[in-house]
Amino acid sequence: MTSAQTTPEETSPQRQDTVIRGDQAADCQADLDRGYAELPRHLICASDLTRGAAIAILDTAERIDQAIAGREVRKLPTLRGRTVVNLFYEDSTRTRISFELAAKRLSADVINFSAKGSSVSKGESLKDTALTLQSMGADAVVIRHSASGAPQRLTNWIKGTIVNAGDGTHEHPTQALLDAFTLRRHLVGGAAGGNATAGGGAGGSTSAGNSVEDRIGRGLDGKRVVIVGDILHSRVARSNVTLLHSLGAHVTVVAPPTLLPVGIEAWPCDVSYHFDTALEGVDAAMMLRVQNERMDGAFFPTPREYTRGYGLDLRRRALLAPGAIVMHPGPMNRGMEIAPAVADGEGSVVTEQVANGVTVRMAVLYLLVSGEGADRV
Amino acid sequence: MTEFVSGQAQSASGQAQSAFRQAHSDIEHELPAVAPLLIRGAAPYGEDAVDVLLADGEIVAIGTDVVNHPAADGAEVIAGAGLILLPGLVDLHAHLREPGGEDAETVASGSASAALGGYTAIFAMPNTEPTADTAGVVEQVLRLGHEVGLVDVQPIGAVTVGRRGTQLAELAAMASSAARVTIFSDDGHCVADPLLMRRALEYVKAFNGVIAQHAEEPRLTVGAQMHEGVVSARLGLGGWPAVAEEAIVARDCLLAEHVGSHLHMCHVSTAGSAELIAAAKARGTHVTAEVTPHHLLLTDSAAEGYDPVNKVTPPLRPQVDVDALRRALADGVIDVVATDHAPHARQDKETEWAAAKPGMLGLETALSVVVAAMVETELLDWRGVARVMSENPARIGSLTDHGRPIAVGEPANLVLIDPVARWTVHAAEMASLSQNTPFDGMELPAQVVHTFLRGRATVRDGVIAGGAL
Repeated sequence: MTSAQTTPEETSPQRQDTVIRGDQAADCQADLDRGYAELPRHLICASDLTRGAAIAILDTAERIDQAIAGREVRKLPTLRGRTVVNLFYEDSTRTRISFELAAKRLSADVINFSAKGSSVSKGESLKDTALTLQSMGADAVVIRHSASGAPQRLTNWIKGTIVNAGDGTHEHPTQALLDAFTLRRHLVGGAAGGNATAGGGAGGSTSAGNSVEDRIGRGLDGKRVVIVGDILHSRVARSNVTLLHSLGAHVTVVAPPTLLPVGIEAWPCDVSYHFDTALEGVDAAMMLRVQNERMDGAFFPTPREYTRGYGLDLRRRALLAPGAIVMHPGPMNRGMEIAPAVADGEGSVVTEQVANGVTVRMAVLYLLVSGEGADRV
Repeated sequence: MTEFVSGQAQSASGQAQSAFRQAHSDIEHELPAVAPLLIRGAAPYGEDAVDVLLADGEIVAIGTDVVNHPAADGAEVIAGAGLILLPGLVDLHAHLREPGGEDAETVASGSASAALGGYTAIFAMPNTEPTADTAGVVEQVLRLGHEVGLVDVQPIGAVTVGRRGTQLAELAAMASSAARVTIFSDDGHCVADPLLMRRALEYVKAFNGVIAQHAEEPRLTVGAQMHEGVVSARLGLGGWPAVAEEAIVARDCLLAEHVGSHLHMCHVSTAGSAELIAAAKARGTHVTAEVTPHHLLLTDSAAEGYDPVNKVTPPLRPQVDVDALRRALADGVIDVVATDHAPHARQDKETEWAAAKPGMLGLETALSVVVAAMVETELLDWRGVARVMSENPARIGSLTDHGRPIAVGEPANLVLIDPVARWTVHAAEMASLSQNTPFDGMELPAQVVHTFLRGRATVRDGVIAGGAL
């Protein structure tokens, strides 16, 4: 068992450590190098990531998982002395904890800044808060905000790395990355297709029953994913459609027409109003939470009618391809968009998504904050 | 040749409060009556160059032998070669923010912006604090405009009390006040109640009033942040659909036709609105319409990056709408370019998009934007510019001294424009107290060189004329 006090050189998941085997090793390595070089300075939306950069993050997450697996102290020293601020304008215990855990496992100093008021509610302005954090020397700011575009605005006022942890109805790129990571673990690699295990362990590198090396450097080419629910207001959907498309997956969004945005025809996905048809033979179904306020907003007549049309029950579960997985970003409305028997049943990876979230966010913070990414100021 | 001097605004302005006026208080001194001005070799409407002599507030001679006119003796000569002479511009739609919003703009700073933009008359929207919904407030705005004296400031009165859309304001009292209000608008809000809108249109017929409608069905713009389309779908900003405007345009054209009144549509922003207005005009409905400079040049893609300087109501639309609006303006379906000059203090724009107030500066850039969008594209000639930026707005607003032909005996409200100059917009250098121009850093064609109000220069060589205040 390795000591917790190892040096960064020993334990950092440096890309040089990436082991590539096989005949295409050289090509693969070149692709990977380019991916690392293409990493953005900030992570605001999924389109900030090229296919190469996205794969670089997923691969790094795998290496972090390997580096930590089996260690008594699950911590890497790579961000020692760096300060990561979690700036949360919305209550979101799960995402905040996930980022907090990710930063702490990289040995960063973590500050949680829960801003109760925003400039919308006449509290301190976002700019003044940003200038305060800038003065305190934040190396990275992880921001969750109810206003679309708030993270983008922050990049004007803060020199450090900005990571979008969900902005309004715009994007939630780390959620898409953890979803892609989860999808790749289950659907890509030698044994993928029939071996997906339900539930999953908290980050064990063999949780999906196939080898890490088989999926390193690979995307989600040809995989079919449906995203179901309130697409109109969903930042998770926006990020996932873009990222999964970049990774080569075929995405179909499914919703009643009232919950699809005007202008969706420009998205790189198919659109369907009919859940049963769209489900046939897909590799993954991603269910979105229906917010309470939508239920009274005349977007659909009643929750019961919504569930009849767009809830994932056991009958619909059976329409998926063999080995397909069921995903949900949480928190779930059991009995609304997902039946408990499906949420807890075979192929449900909901809790695994949570575990993968920490790993993927470690990879994002590591690559963007430690300077492994693009040139920095 | 005499030293150039200008007339002095009559005001003692002891109570002038704005920073702008204080900054210029050192140049207030008694001056004689306006000396005659001889503009040599300028081209009215971009046509044949002539000399134009201004005296006693009027155009007293035009032609090639103007120097022999008695008033030319001792007149100051202004070199006009290469410059285009137009009637002074008239803006039907400006927010001057005073009273109540003096950190964003004052009547003084807004008037300076207008003069620099080539305007000699501007209409002040009533969404001030307090609302200009009584004779007292419109007379206050009128008086502030007189005191500044850079442009004629004509108040617009609110249609409803407090612009709340529930009870008609005392429209007749405003019409018969010293401000002689003829245009009424709840701009910023729509008169959404169809019955109240009908009554307003009917009521103002008694004094030849006009209802200027901000067309926005409020139930269709709940949470709206930008044009609803491909860009809003990607950016995750609430959609402001074209139909929210067009539904009101259609309804109010029908109401105006039904009651036989004059409806003016503010800031038309969609191709569909232009079609509806064209159809109403074809039926003989008394409807007029305006388009803003920004809707003629910018598109909804400006929202990328979430800089709220590009947030405006109605929102910037896609290129297809921009093209249709340009055609509608060229064809006379849209009568007027109006700025919707909407200054906002910095704290109201340096925010998240959703928290920012909507609106853009317009007065100092309007002419150049119209030249870029309409003249350089050969959709309008300079006579056309005079029509949509001076003559038509003056007629809709019943201003008898503005938007007049360039002819002997007419008021000397004029602007001289360098049509080949190009200049770069610098938000920080604007006369406006605010900096929220979406054109910051953009290079634009055509520059206002001199502006004359009743024969007196308000702008000389692109700056507020010494002694003009």
